[in-house]
Amino acid sequence: MKKNEVPQDDANMLDGKFREPCYAVDESGRYTIVKSVGWDPKNIVMQQAWDHIQKRVQEVKKKVMQGKLSPLAYHMERHQMDVRLLASYMGFSRWKVKRHLKPGRFNKLDQEVMERYAKVLNVTIDELKRTD
Amino acid sequence: MKIDFQHKQSAHCENGVTSNLLRHYGYDLSEPLVYGIGSGLFFAYMPFVKVNSIPVTSFRPFPGIIFKRVTQQLGISIEKKKFKDPRKAMTELDQVIEKGTPAGLLVGVYHLTYFPGPYRFHFNAHNIVVYGRENGGYIVSDPIMETPEYLSYEDLMRVRYAKGLFAPKGHMYYALNMPENIDLKSAVIKGIKRTCRDMLGIPVPMFGTKGIRFMAAKVRKYPEKLGSEKASLYLGQIIRAQEEIGTGGAGFRFIYAAFLQEAAELTGIGKLMKLSEDMTAVGDLWRNFAVESSRIVKNRSAANGSYPEVAEILLDIADREEAIYKKLKNAIS
Repeated sequence: MKKNEVPQDDANMLDGKFREPCYAVDESGRYTIVKSVGWDPKNIVMQQAWDHIQKRVQEVKKKVMQGKLSPLAYHMERHQMDVRLLASYMGFSRWKVKRHLKPGRFNKLDQEVMERYAKVLNVTIDELKRTD
Repeated sequence: MKIDFQHKQSAHCENGVTSNLLRHYGYDLSEPLVYGIGSGLFFAYMPFVKVNSIPVTSFRPFPGIIFKRVTQQLGISIEKKKFKDPRKAMTELDQVIEKGTPAGLLVGVYHLTYFPGPYRFHFNAHNIVVYGRENGGYIVSDPIMETPEYLSYEDLMRVRYAKGLFAPKGHMYYALNMPENIDLKSAVIKGIKRTCRDMLGIPVPMFGTKGIRFMAAKVRKYPEKLGSEKASLYLGQIIRAQEEIGTGGAGFRFIYAAFLQEAAELTGIGKLMKLSEDMTAVGDLWRNFAVESSRIVKNRSAANGSYPEVAEILLDIADREEAIYKKLKNAIS
């Protein structure tokens, strides 16, 4: 890649927080560093990953609304977690977390467990019980 | 308490941490030099290991290995620690900083508060240096960022104890002793040798140039095996592994090409200059692969026919890279 070919396709993927250094060849053939704000192919696949996450979150949200899953499932999905990851953050076994994804079981959780879930998922207990 | 430490941004976090730490002790090694000596160039396609039910593609070796190899090669002794108890991990970090030693840490990026939102995935192989304390929090040199950052006690503890694949478990590392002299030339040669071995010699189809061909064969069959939506997700993931911050197929080839230029000067082996050009050309092909693949991702349904085309680019890349590593091996022996 030549110095003047370093892409500058800004899709706000970096939140304007920094520019990425890229190694590119200058006029004399030597490598130098040029900063880039982004590149379209990369922006496209990043957007794809986020759309996919959003789609899954909406699917889970629907199931929560239908009473098939507890709101915990929604917050787990929102944080891109699966049962295994949430279980290891909580220090619980996987089957225990799985049970808490059922609405009936979730509603009976005691305060202390609720608090821990809320902390791991970065919400208040009140928010943990909702899906908005 | 703030250690006099020079933060410098880099293309790959582990290169950056290693290079910044070495500079602190008076050895000014560029990012490409660190990358080459640490044999950071690698390839693995592992259909059996999945994250979010998508196969893992990796353009780098195991996290922490560049730092380990560079320090070993140069005769620098290091201390590495993991902790069961997060509070203890923080106390020990405080003690290390108090002694005036900047500390390298392995962290997860999901909870890094200063990271751009779109890049916050559960990814645990990120490296930072902590070099000071201020208002109960920590001054952080994150090689991805242009300037130093700040993390509160709670936030730093959280990223040090991220869970999941490659959970960092509070992993901390720092230099203990520096040698009087370092032999850069032999370190460079050894680094190149190891890269040739990694890319040509691992007798399993998932790794090195064999791995690239293996991936090409899988990609070719993505649409018929997975259906168009899943195929596009799988392909998108390969491009993300290739192009996301701090990783990279094309980007890594360019860093390696920059390394070969420096290596040519350090060792006096002129052939490395030509091989640097070849490596740049392969980097451009990887970029081409990303451009074509992202087109498929964008027009999901219409483009099933394009999968064999991008697979062809991969095969071309594999052939050219194989030739480069063989020539490299000869050039240094």
